Amino acid sequence: MNITYLITGGTTPDGVQTDIALDADGLIAELGQGLMAQGAVVIDATDKIVLPGLVDLHTHLREPGNNDAETVETGTRAAAKGGFTAVHAMANSNPVADTAGVVEQVYSLGKQAGWTDVHPVGAVTVGLAGERLAELSAMHDSAANVTMFSDDGICVWDPVLMRRALEYVKSFDGFIAQHAQEPRLTEGAQMNESALSSELGLTGWPAVAEESIIARDVLLAQHVDSRVHICHVSTAGSVELIRWAKSQGINVTAEVTPHHLLLTEDYVKTYDPVYKVNPPLRKDSDVHALRQGLADGTIDTVGTDHAPHTEETKQCEWVVAAMGMTGLETALPVIQHTMVDTGLLSWHDVARVMSANPARIYRHSDQGQLTKTGGLVQGAVANIAVYDPTHTFVVNPAEHDSKSANSPYKNMELSGQVTDVFYRGHQVVADARMTTPFHHSR
Amino acid sequence: MRHLLATRNLSYDNAMAILDTAQEMATVSDRSIKKLPTLRGQTVVNLFFEDSTRTRTSFEAAAKRLSADVLNFAVKTSSVSKGESLKDTVQTLEAIGGDAIVMRHWASGAAQQLANFGWSSSAVINAGDGTHEHPTQALLDAFTLRDRIHGQHASGKDLEGLHIVVVGDILHSRVARSNVWLLHTLGAKVTLSGPPTLMPVGVTTWPVEINYDLDALLAEQPDAIMMLRVQAERMSGDFFPSAAEYTRGWGLTNDRYKRIEGCNTLIMHPGPMNRGLEISAAAADSAQNTALEQVANGVSVRMAVLYLLLAGQPGQ
Repeated sequence: MNITYLITGGTTPDGVQTDIALDADGLIAELGQGLMAQGAVVIDATDKIVLPGLVDLHTHLREPGNNDAETVETGTRAAAKGGFTAVHAMANSNPVADTAGVVEQVYSLGKQAGWTDVHPVGAVTVGLAGERLAELSAMHDSAANVTMFSDDGICVWDPVLMRRALEYVKSFDGFIAQHAQEPRLTEGAQMNESALSSELGLTGWPAVAEESIIARDVLLAQHVDSRVHICHVSTAGSVELIRWAKSQGINVTAEVTPHHLLLTEDYVKTYDPVYKVNPPLRKDSDVHALRQGLADGTIDTVGTDHAPHTEETKQCEWVVAAMGMTGLETALPVIQHTMVDTGLLSWHDVARVMSANPARIYRHSDQGQLTKTGGLVQGAVANIAVYDPTHTFVVNPAEHDSKSANSPYKNMELSGQVTDVFYRGHQVVADARMTTPFHHSR
Repeated sequence: MRHLLATRNLSYDNAMAILDTAQEMATVSDRSIKKLPTLRGQTVVNLFFEDSTRTRTSFEAAAKRLSADVLNFAVKTSSVSKGESLKDTVQTLEAIGGDAIVMRHWASGAAQQLANFGWSSSAVINAGDGTHEHPTQALLDAFTLRDRIHGQHASGKDLEGLHIVVVGDILHSRVARSNVWLLHTLGAKVTLSGPPTLMPVGVTTWPVEINYDLDALLAEQPDAIMMLRVQAERMSGDFFPSAAEYTRGWGLTNDRYKRIEGCNTLIMHPGPMNRGLEISAAAADSAQNTALEQVANGVSVRMAVLYLLLAGQPGQ
């Protein structure tokens, strides 16, 4: 057995301190204490957490079309830096990822970059226009093998179209990820609709605009017996609806972003567009309901909704500023802060919601492998993130690998640093620095 | 005070200082030579991203009566036709050299951004930002109320015990917002009236009472009734079924005017008035109507604001 790397003394999500040997095939060769391997690179992970590589179901890589904000290369570097070994690139590029050609292009750019897996998300409708179905089967049958479809950024509003999409993807066990936003109720919306939006004179984005679509879509998923995934759940009412749907056995999964677990609408008082995001930052009571929902399993996964934007689209009047925040490089420290340090999640739970669950939702077999007790799996592809939860730092977006600096955590003190990342058995991050990309064989 | 951005966070002391200073400034306007040398050598830039001849002229008169130089800079952009960014425009003006920027902007929060984001070192006066605030309008309304009620003895007096009713499109009105906060700060009781569709979400958390029944409010003989302008674009927005129905419910019609005619209830309007819609001709031309005084007082209040922000600063 040709052992290339030996990670020693780290603690896996099951709480067990173990050494981990990786082999030249990029697999986890052996787990156990006191492992020895001549010639292997040794990474001392004592006092660190060894997680399965994180999986993000909600990433905007901006390529093709908006390479000024991000590229597949820079976005996946940022992902690797944040401990991710797989990202799912949303379809709202230019051109839109609504054909086999575009999804294959993004997929191959991901392979060329070699920092993480890149799975393009296909658009549900042609051009995200919400009028007719894109060629979902063609995207599934392409080299990118797309099983997740979303018009993210825009809601699939037409109930008939949504129903057909849910039905259509059943032929290959695909699923629809819905951006739940009733468009008429959110025309010109700028922030959460509340007493604060009224005071600030900004058009409100009411919770009911999200909740009414979720209510409709879980019922549609039930009716046609298909799978629906709810992107970036942001309100307490949405959590209640999804909890009810799951209690009825409806096949729904849900995601929450790190920023909705930490930040509230109060930040909008600054009129600093770095806090402008869709869905908007909500109230403290929503933040707590989302944390509770993630803790009790109502919400399955954390999706970053990493949305890089150039400086000129953010340093302008609030009402014309772009919506979105970067998030890949801060996700794990924010989850530690909001969920682990508060006692709501164990590290085993973190491994579930940030790796195993999203991998299971997409049906990946080479990501998010975890034993029942939260251990890493011998023989699994070596996608691993080593994390030091004690390292404190002040967020400085200028230091991020993302091309864009629109991080809402700027100047905030957080704890936790991804120190080492192994992607398919190759070390892409060492001592919190990028090393070399993985070379795909074809 | 470094800037005047909103009345929401304007302290009682600062509000009173502005009103009392405006009282003194008003005497300047009564002189044959309507000019003070106070701001000689300083430059006030009127930066207007939205047309408003009335407000711009008022600020221009105020600055000139204080002997400041005035630059008028109109920018024809909107949220629809994006051009040069606010940041770039302001930095251009900085290079030209201004001591104060009076800004009217279609975007809520623009004045606060200008003051806080390090784009400019000028004093910033908000001359109306989107549907957020219009602080000098509220200050001139408060000044007008005080002047009508206390006359020459107004200095040092606030609005304690007064009842002011604000009627109309509260949702989209920066004037209403600025008035609610300032009137509250100065001790007045504020009641809002209008169609429920034009009341903002969460308005019950504001320091106001809500009463949809204008007739019941008029029967209470409030100290003043502020009629907000109904914007033409609201007619098609499903906020109310028709102009006639709006007028029946919340217009100061002749019939309603007759019921307060001769009472102490002042009729206020930020202008320009839509006669026949939110206000009848008789109510518009009534001696109880303060619209023209509001315009005159606007100059005094703006002089006071410029004076308090700029006097004592070195000229350039």
